[in-house]
Amino acid sequence: MAGLPASAADAGSRPGRGTASALLVRWLFIGLSLAFLVAVLLAPLAAVFATALGQGIDTYLASFEDPDTGAAIRLTLLTAAIVVPINTIFGICAAWAIAKFEFRGKAFLITLIDLPFAVSPIISGLVYVLLFGAQGWFGMWLQEHNIDVIFALPGIILATLFVTFPYVARELIPLMEQLGNDEEEAAITLGAGGLMTFVSVTLPKIRWGLIYGVILCNARAMGEFGAVSVVSGHIRGLTTTMPLHIEILYNEYAFVGAFAVASLLTLLAVITLVIKSIMEWQSSKATGH
Amino acid sequence: MQGFRQPSVLPGFGLTLGFATFFLSGIVLLPLAALVLKAASMSWADFVAVVTSPRALSSYRLSFGASLAAALVNTVFGFIVAWTLVRYDFPGRKILDAMIDLPFALPTAVSGIALTAVFAENGWIGQYLEPYGIKVAYTWLGVTVALTLIGLPFVVRSVQPSLLEVQRDLEDAAETLGATPFYIFRRIILPTVVPALASGFTLAFARAVGEYGSVIFISGNLPMKTEITPLLIVIKLEEFDYNGAAALGFVMLAMSFVMLFSINLVQAWGRRRLVGARA
Repeated sequence: MAGLPASAADAGSRPGRGTASALLVRWLFIGLSLAFLVAVLLAPLAAVFATALGQGIDTYLASFEDPDTGAAIRLTLLTAAIVVPINTIFGICAAWAIAKFEFRGKAFLITLIDLPFAVSPIISGLVYVLLFGAQGWFGMWLQEHNIDVIFALPGIILATLFVTFPYVARELIPLMEQLGNDEEEAAITLGAGGLMTFVSVTLPKIRWGLIYGVILCNARAMGEFGAVSVVSGHIRGLTTTMPLHIEILYNEYAFVGAFAVASLLTLLAVITLVIKSIMEWQSSKATGH
Repeated sequence: MQGFRQPSVLPGFGLTLGFATFFLSGIVLLPLAALVLKAASMSWADFVAVVTSPRALSSYRLSFGASLAAALVNTVFGFIVAWTLVRYDFPGRKILDAMIDLPFALPTAVSGIALTAVFAENGWIGQYLEPYGIKVAYTWLGVTVALTLIGLPFVVRSVQPSLLEVQRDLEDAAETLGATPFYIFRRIILPTVVPALASGFTLAFARAVGEYGSVIFISGNLPMKTEITPLLIVIKLEEFDYNGAAALGFVMLAMSFVMLFSINLVQAWGRRRLVGARA
């Protein structure tokens, strides 16, 4: 593509561009794209805030005074605070082993890491019920020792760990493979330790990818519905995370409350996308195009 | 570890690989094995009775049918959106481009209630469809809409890079030689993007089959009519029918593996095509 004008700015100088039919196709494509994206993406997004704020800002704010809503927010924050660091450490370890070394079975290991993407969230919850539920493999043993896993915090954490497992690793592996090993090898040869090499050579290079992976993992952890729904038992104010609380409020026709909680999670999603855009802008600045 | 991996001066291989495999086994592989074992502990007759019951069969039809419809819609519109974002410049293009990833980041329960609000009979879009007798919310159409939202980024993000690969000087040459726009599309553009479209289609389909959160709000969940397979598993669990849940779960897990395998095949085929075209 070198030397080829490829930007939209020089479209007028290209043969056939700027003719009536080309313009028609152009506006048809833009129109169809906008109509489609408005219907399935932008309208639902706007509907969240419109419904949440539909009865005024006071009603919106009052819906957060519900103690069960507060409990749901706290449980969600607690779950994310436990799950995200664990999956971050896993992601960094997996990415280091996979991107920095050549070994047999590497492709298979990557497929296994992707497994939670391919499995229904309901399955992700179901497997833990079969292991730790009342009739599960370890159910009797757990009951004898008075340990609650299913319908309690540990179950919610396990299901969330499963679902958000690949995010950090998937973000880091291609990035670290692309960056290569030269600088790390130089650091090690010059006598730096493994940890020091990672912190002062690798980490600055993968910073934005890591931040996006962590943020995306966090968004999925806070927003996970299916898997957590299976293991939580829906005990109001105790084992309901924010998405589960949305369901409860919605089924009780408390729409303002449901959409108010939904608006917080939507903001989180939008912030996640903003950080992704910053990351892409930073990396395109670094590579110079 | 000789022969298992190529030598490297970098440290930490054993530690990081060990931790990663240990954690992977504990959190993902062992629990999945428990599901397989549970399903295997049932007698063959019981297993078949559960997974071929009329209610299960109709749930497969909805789950797979709606996923297929949604993946097809996404293949067509995903291509149009990707083309628009890559080829044209218009105000708000960058914001629109960033928004494509929204379904990745937005909790499924939120997209579920939001879509229901938009497509209900009195919703922003639903009210204009209602006079024509088109009901979206609480029908299979609603399920398809929800699955379309979920699958959209997979197709767009697959196709975008491949559209950048299309050699525009070939298009220009064809045009000066008198080719019609449709001919150019069919002979130059389509061959380059077909592997990406196929890969995006499979990813969107695979994701849609297992989807739960965004569907159950808009589907209405009528047994035999608008009940997806994941919901049927949840219902079995709520009835403490662990065997039934495990049997259906096993069927879905097996489907996931088949689709994971197909995705790998499709992507390998795409890479071979690309290499062949360049050689």
